Amino acid sequence: MLATALIVFREVLEAALVVSIVLAATRSVFRRGVWVGSGVLGGLLGAVGVALFADVLSAAAAGAGQEIFNAVVLFIAVIMLGWHNVWMTRHGRELAANLKNAGEAVRIGAKPMHVLAIVVGMAVLREGSELVLFLYGVAASGPGEASGMLGGALAGLGVGAATGAALYFGLLRIPSRHLFSVTGWMILLLAAGMASQGAAFLVQADILPALGEGAWDTSALISDQGVAGKVLHTLVGYTARPYGIQLVFYVATLIAIGALMKMTNGAQQAASRTDAPRATLQRSN
Amino acid sequence: MKQFFYFIMIAFLSGGIGLFTPDVLSADDTYTISIKDHRFDPATLEVPAGKKLKLIVKNLDATPEEFESHDLKREKVIAGKSQAIMTIGPLKPGTYKFVGEYHEATAQGRIVAK
Repeated sequence: MLATALIVFREVLEAALVVSIVLAATRSVFRRGVWVGSGVLGGLLGAVGVALFADVLSAAAAGAGQEIFNAVVLFIAVIMLGWHNVWMTRHGRELAANLKNAGEAVRIGAKPMHVLAIVVGMAVLREGSELVLFLYGVAASGPGEASGMLGGALAGLGVGAATGAALYFGLLRIPSRHLFSVTGWMILLLAAGMASQGAAFLVQADILPALGEGAWDTSALISDQGVAGKVLHTLVGYTARPYGIQLVFYVATLIAIGALMKMTNGAQQAASRTDAPRATLQRSN
Repeated sequence: MKQFFYFIMIAFLSGGIGLFTPDVLSADDTYTISIKDHRFDPATLEVPAGKKLKLIVKNLDATPEEFESHDLKREKVIAGKSQAIMTIGPLKPGTYKFVGEYHEATAQGRIVAK
């Protein structure tokens, strides 16, 4: 039962952390629950589908189907996370201002919630399909064994969700004027970590060169399998023994998203300088 | 919207640069491991070091298994009654452990590269 709990916990943890960061980043957004909820639901449905066709997927692309699929899912999430951050540099200040003014949720319809719903969906899809397969295996292994394992699965699910909730409520303690810059940084690191993970899958699919099997090895210090390793892996993309190419993708993603955020910010400041009187007027209201 | 398209472009460009055609492997570089009753057969597989290899893991059980190897940096779900194909190496001489994550108590194995 403990083994089951541990496996389920490990699969749930990553998705739970992604969901909690997204929830914190969308604080004050009208009907965000519906968006995040539909992301989770869509991800789950997709996960069941992927699990059902796992053998087909595995055999696709000369056996590299699973890796390519994982990489595509990750890169989609990276693009969405980057897009969200660029959007936030443009509108983050008004959002933060609204947060300060009104305690209740404000309607900001333009916030690209569909983008974050996709991120949530992708995270759930990837982790969920393995979970569905595992639980199917449990169910198929016979009723005697299955009932004991069900308890373990629920325990793992509960602890994973609780960890996500802890992160979420921790983030909410951040003063609202800093909240969005904190979540912005977290999303930037999340995106870089996902890009590096996607690159690893493409190495395993024999599509990308590894550029060095292990750029470093810190598995004795923080193992990938441990809880600390898993959490760090999700939050900042930690890998105990990364391929060289993973570092390339990590840094390239940071630079690409960072540069686009800077460009957007610069353009916005230039714009606000030209219509400064109007801006002052608005602020005095 | 403009930034969004930049993103897609950057994403595709960075993906496209690294797209190499996979090396074609000959039949004698192919090794097979079976999973039966949540155990690997053979549990120890000897392979030549310094070569790219194709590893086929056949899951003969009805239940799915996750082939996981920290040493080989692989994590792959194999549905029941199906197989997974992996390209590994070139390996340095040494021992590389792997497990079936869903049945770790019994599913233990290693690859010895010489």
